[in-house]
Amino acid sequence: MITPTTSVLSRRDKMDHVKARMGIKRMDHRVVPGLYSLGAPDRSSPVFVTSNYTLSFDALRISLKGMDSYILVLDTKGINVWCAAGKKTFSTDELVNRVNQAELAKVVDHKELILPQLAAPGVSAHEVRKRTGFRVEYGPVRAGDIKEYMLDRSATEEMRTVRFPFKDRAVLIPVELKNYLLPIVAIPILLFLLGGWLPALLAIMAAFGGIVLFPLLLPYLPTKDFSSKGMILGLLLALPFVGYLLLNIEPLWAAVIWSVAYASALSAAIAYIALNFTGATPLTSRTGVRNEIFRYIPAMVAMFFGGIGAAVLLASGQYFGVI
Amino acid sequence: MDAIPPMIQLDGSPSKGEGSPINTLTFFPGRCANCGMCLNVCPQRVFTAGEGRVRMARPERCMECGACQVNCPTKAIQVDSGVGCAMAMIKAALTGSKEVSCGENCCD
Repeated sequence: MITPTTSVLSRRDKMDHVKARMGIKRMDHRVVPGLYSLGAPDRSSPVFVTSNYTLSFDALRISLKGMDSYILVLDTKGINVWCAAGKKTFSTDELVNRVNQAELAKVVDHKELILPQLAAPGVSAHEVRKRTGFRVEYGPVRAGDIKEYMLDRSATEEMRTVRFPFKDRAVLIPVELKNYLLPIVAIPILLFLLGGWLPALLAIMAAFGGIVLFPLLLPYLPTKDFSSKGMILGLLLALPFVGYLLLNIEPLWAAVIWSVAYASALSAAIAYIALNFTGATPLTSRTGVRNEIFRYIPAMVAMFFGGIGAAVLLASGQYFGVI
Repeated sequence: MDAIPPMIQLDGSPSKGEGSPINTLTFFPGRCANCGMCLNVCPQRVFTAGEGRVRMARPERCMECGACQVNCPTKAIQVDSGVGCAMAMIKAALTGSKEVSCGENCCD
């Protein structure tokens, strides 16, 4: 069975995209796996393979506008190409099964499948050829480059390199905010009740810095690893608090300790959120992240709890009139 | 990671691997048949075309996705592939469960 599709997004598709980007029903953005036809393909038309995440399928069919072709959708459980390949749901076995199920050899005369380059961690091209007779060809990283790729079936270095531009980083912010929703709301309220508006503002700054500013500023922060980038951002964002504390707290030594406590807690919190952002990027290796965890988590724990401990001591001292 | 088995060159002699100290990527040039598949699949441009065989030009850029390994027909590349996701690793360490990433039960 071949299902017809188009290169046009309906209002429903667009709503689906908005929900997917906000992390609403995140496992439910699925396309029915199987073979689709775009335009009026014939026996020589190209066959493109993708995952059954709506954003992946839609990016492909929009990019193929005006090109008569087939789209073979694998069952990746509603996960995008790169993540599904990493998880091996976009796999050699799944591809072989879909090719057989769709009886692709009876649909087209050629023996070529065009896969997104980022499916390569899950698919062994030579094994697919052995098992189906179809030759796997890896197209560009981005669906948007397919038209250019199809001109001479070759990709430039640029088209073969994964990038993480501003737009791709910014689009993740709503999902990240949703993932952290409970602490974003609860912690500032708790801190407000315990210590007033200044610690509550500090918690809001931690969330804003870690979840919103960090992804946006990622390439501009110095140093290489995420944790130290986060620490630096945290120290910068602590400056207004430090200024306020130094101007408003007496004696000076207490103001200095308050400042250090605020700065280290904020810096550690943002560094931790930053470290947890590694999985959302196409930049990090497992070895690198593991080393980062061992290297920076002890420092984060010391800074965070040291800062809170110092703040509690100072606050008690002030409360009991010792300071 | 399992111990890397002794690699044998395509001509039968032992092959020595090369790599970067910051990740698990190992390339055995003696086994490379110069098919160029790794040049296509690597999203970080670790490999470049060379004379008679591929050259590993930028091993430090490897993010251990494993694409080159599974697509190398002569097993000239080894990498301990995995997802570079701290959230999954920390969660697995705290709960004592397996690393779960990208899909149901991740990111929460």
